Amino acid sequence: MTATETRHASTHPMVQIKQVQKYFGTLHVLRGVDLDVQSGEVVCVIGPSGSGKTTLLRCINFLETYQDGRILVDGALVGYRERKGKLAPAPEREIARIRAETAMVFQQFNLFPHMTALRNVTFGPIKVRKVGKAEAEQRGRELLDRVGLADKEKSYPNQLSGGQQQRVAIARALAMEPKVMLFDEVTSALDPELVGEVLGVMRDLATSGGVTMIVVTHEMHFAREVADRVVFMDGGVVVEEGRPTDVLLNPRTDRLRAFLSRFTASGLGPSI
Amino acid sequence: MDVVWDNRFLLWQGLKYTFRLFGVVVVLGTVMGTIFGLGLLYGNRVIRGVLRAYVDIVRGMPLIVTIFLIFYGLSAYEVNFSPFQSIVLALSIFSAAHMAEIVRGSVGSISAGQTDAAKSLGLTFWPRVWSVILPQAGPIMMGPWTNLAVDIFKSTSLAILVSQADFLFSVQKRAIAEREYLAFYLAAIVVYFVCCFAISQAGAWATRRMRVGVAA
Repeated sequence: MTATETRHASTHPMVQIKQVQKYFGTLHVLRGVDLDVQSGEVVCVIGPSGSGKTTLLRCINFLETYQDGRILVDGALVGYRERKGKLAPAPEREIARIRAETAMVFQQFNLFPHMTALRNVTFGPIKVRKVGKAEAEQRGRELLDRVGLADKEKSYPNQLSGGQQQRVAIARALAMEPKVMLFDEVTSALDPELVGEVLGVMRDLATSGGVTMIVVTHEMHFAREVADRVVFMDGGVVVEEGRPTDVLLNPRTDRLRAFLSRFTASGLGPSI
Repeated sequence: MDVVWDNRFLLWQGLKYTFRLFGVVVVLGTVMGTIFGLGLLYGNRVIRGVLRAYVDIVRGMPLIVTIFLIFYGLSAYEVNFSPFQSIVLALSIFSAAHMAEIVRGSVGSISAGQTDAAKSLGLTFWPRVWSVILPQAGPIMMGPWTNLAVDIFKSTSLAILVSQADFLFSVQKRAIAEREYLAFYLAAIVVYFVCCFAISQAGAWATRRMRVGVAA
């Protein structure tokens, strides 16, 4: 951090992504990504498949490594320690500590199948935050109620529909009281009729304020209604970003225009 | 068959030895095999290389050869293991190699998303493996593990190669003494079958218990 930044440490962006480079072998997936997300901001990341948006999201909680650049969550460098201007791998404990602050909701839900819905939600707080069982269960029940699944606390994931599983997954992420919530195309694997219930929960979360959310999505109408900012990625870089109406209705670059045209012209999604 | 019954005390001594050998080898093989299996999955290149070589070589050898290698190899290097210890070592090396593959296969079949979800909550490696991965891999492992346990039980009969007084040895000894081969070997078949069947049933019961809640 620069001197100015340290003086105003409490007002630094919640997530800072600076010139991040990532390779999968020889495949250059992230080619210098720059992005800042302020605390409490809801940012939707859109882009064609292969643009690197999911990879970028997974770098924020270090499920993927990155080779150059910096990612900071609340001022803490993710995955590495800075040694003489270079990145040195951080010990697992440090990485785990940052991960506890950045909860992720996955496209494939990834609920723990051997645990009930309530146990899925209380598992993180009990094991990682060392919260007592009674307190964790009370909070867990509140969260399940908040996502509309109070009566499902004793159900196992294989007894729940996709939409219900995803809502439990959101409750599980919220239970960790994270600084940042990361959503990785969370409705893409759902049957269309179940998408709405999940987006509804996310909309409530976003409008209730205070939660920093980074949402990788294809749901353009959701981005338009709910996001504070929309970021368009293509070819491993951020191409355009701005207010939802600006980005989605007045694209400045040809690449974004081409990407958006696929959504309205082909009728694959609701018109923006 | 009366003659077999008359010799029941001596046969029981042999069977006790077999049970003891079986018990020790199953525990050692399961524990070591689990560690090796996790090493094959999560270890660095060196660990994985060594374990891979060990598993492939041992699984490529007949068990008899392994037993002879250990038994005569140990004495050649003047390591003073008792015959019981040598047969335990040989059978454990065999069992651990198979168990390592069982663990590697079943843990490896758990989707990467489970590890992602556990990591993203902030769990470190061992809590992840203990609370998320192994409970899911357990039911998957039970079938192959039960088969391995039955194999181990039958393989205890090879203790005869190093002159150990296991059940088969006692059956042979009494058969020769009484000159009643068919009766004794029929009895041996029945006893081995009953024991192996009991192991299979125990395994099936344990699998059912472990499956509570886990998606089929």
